[in-house]
Amino acid sequence: MSMAPVPRSSKRQLGLDVLFHALFWASALLVLLILGGLIVLMATGGWKALTTFGLSFFDQSSWNPVKDRYGALAPLLGTVLSTVIALLLAIPLAFGTAFWLTNIASARLAAVIGTAVQLLAAVPSIIFGMWGFFTIVPLVARYVQPFVNHHFRHAFILGPLLKGPPIGTGVMTSGIVLAVMIAPFITAVMCDVFGAVPPMLRESAYGLGATRWEVMRKIIAPWSRNGMIGAIVLGMGRALGETMAVTFVIGNVTSVGWSLFAPRSTVASLIALQFPESPAGSLRLSSLMALGFTLMLLSCASLVVARCLRGRRQ
Amino acid sequence: MSETAQQMARAAKQRWHQGGRARRRQILDRIATGASIAAGTLLVLVLLSILWTLLSRGLAGISWATITHSMGPPGSGGGLGNAILGSIIQTGLALAMAAPLGLFCGIYLSEYGGKHNHFASVVRFVSDVLMSAPSILIGLFIYQLVVAPWGHFSGFAGAVALAVLAVPVIVRTTEDMLRLVPTSMREAGAALGAPRWRVILSLCLRSARQGVLTGILLAVARMGGETAPLLFTSLGNQTWSLRLDKPMASLPVAIYQYAGASYDDWVQLAWAGALLITCGVLMINIIVRLSARR
Repeated sequence: MSMAPVPRSSKRQLGLDVLFHALFWASALLVLLILGGLIVLMATGGWKALTTFGLSFFDQSSWNPVKDRYGALAPLLGTVLSTVIALLLAIPLAFGTAFWLTNIASARLAAVIGTAVQLLAAVPSIIFGMWGFFTIVPLVARYVQPFVNHHFRHAFILGPLLKGPPIGTGVMTSGIVLAVMIAPFITAVMCDVFGAVPPMLRESAYGLGATRWEVMRKIIAPWSRNGMIGAIVLGMGRALGETMAVTFVIGNVTSVGWSLFAPRSTVASLIALQFPESPAGSLRLSSLMALGFTLMLLSCASLVVARCLRGRRQ
Repeated sequence: MSETAQQMARAAKQRWHQGGRARRRQILDRIATGASIAAGTLLVLVLLSILWTLLSRGLAGISWATITHSMGPPGSGGGLGNAILGSIIQTGLALAMAAPLGLFCGIYLSEYGGKHNHFASVVRFVSDVLMSAPSILIGLFIYQLVVAPWGHFSGFAGAVALAVLAVPVIVRTTEDMLRLVPTSMREAGAALGAPRWRVILSLCLRSARQGVLTGILLAVARMGGETAPLLFTSLGNQTWSLRLDKPMASLPVAIYQYAGASYDDWVQLAWAGALLITCGVLMINIIVRLSARR
């Protein structure tokens, strides 16, 4: 008795199966290699600077191409400060908008504005940079800075924080522009997170006589806390690595100081501006690479945090 | 007895309505509602202000010459034609590289990468890291990988940098969309005797076609507006140039070069370019949205 006839093509089909599996596997490996290569190239590129300066690379404030001495403190501080300002401004804005869109506004209005906000989250960052350069910078220089310089010059802690020549560029301005850039993104994610709260919970709370704010504060916010933090951390990651929106408005001076209104620079803007002038193999290029490596680590860390928070909820 | 109980209830009710607690809750609610409406309005107004600035400054600069002339020295009546063409070429080339890679990688993650496949979970994580990596670092990376060994900037390097940006977007959407395909479909295909590659390509991918296309379109939108990775790779070019081994112009880089200039006609062109880019990106997103609804 012979077995059921085996189709003639089955061997070829099996071969094709193995072939396609290998193809898919190889593409996945290539994606892995891209990131691996990125990190390795940054690390080896920055190795020279890190071995020359050691750990003092991170607490030296001077960035001096003439004396060939480089420290990462000024750009790192600029990056961190502008990101913190952006988050301080964007979080209330995004949270309020998301609360409004999900709980207060009528369904039709929420649909229109929600779509608009989501669309604007996709606008290229250079547009925000130009808008900041032509709108926010003159506004800050002409109105905000003269005002704070006049009224808060001698204030206790605020004085040194707010003084500065009325140029309009600086950490504060770039924080504002970054906030406008990441707020639509955070809002869109927060709306999704709030929408995922089971309607039953919400309705029960309303049934017990809770006000809208109480429902938000005691039902929705605890339920979606991790998702909200995840959204904020993702926005933070965007602000940390943003180049174009910042380069236009930060003034690009590598200095360290208390003033939020003085021109500064960030890691990304420094790389964008100084890289073309740095000859290959120079200490300056290596320092830029080391800066890039640090930025990569920061961005990785923020993603890991966002992932852990999202994973814990599921 | 019952009368006093009723009186007490009435008194309690009155206290409730006039008392501090209810009043405080109501006031708090009003404040929160007002603040959130104010925040929403502020955000919408700021975003409208961006659109308004773009339209009012950009529309004046858009003419036939903007699209057909190449960039040139200030005052010479230059346009952005070569930059638009360069952007299209580089984005197209990047898409040709990124789409198959992202698609295959997404297929691997969804079809072969189960819970116990550690390699797949590492790749998934790495792809997410790449998606959120600062784009200027990708420019630096490609500079070292492609530009430095060749010894000069090139349009090809720009396309590679854009492809690196696009791959993780395509991977993520492909995987998510393929996971939505019901298992019964795969089983039905297997039961009919189709080999696995056939099931994946002709059944799963085909039924997830719409979503996968959406991911690719979103990747195009992202690539079209990116400036930072092109600064050190394709550099920009003032003349018509179709050669991939030479520096090539692109719209975002042209905007970056022109916006900071002190010549009025260059700034005008930068705004026109910004308007064109924003319209393009928004158009792609709107198409995606409309097709998703259908």
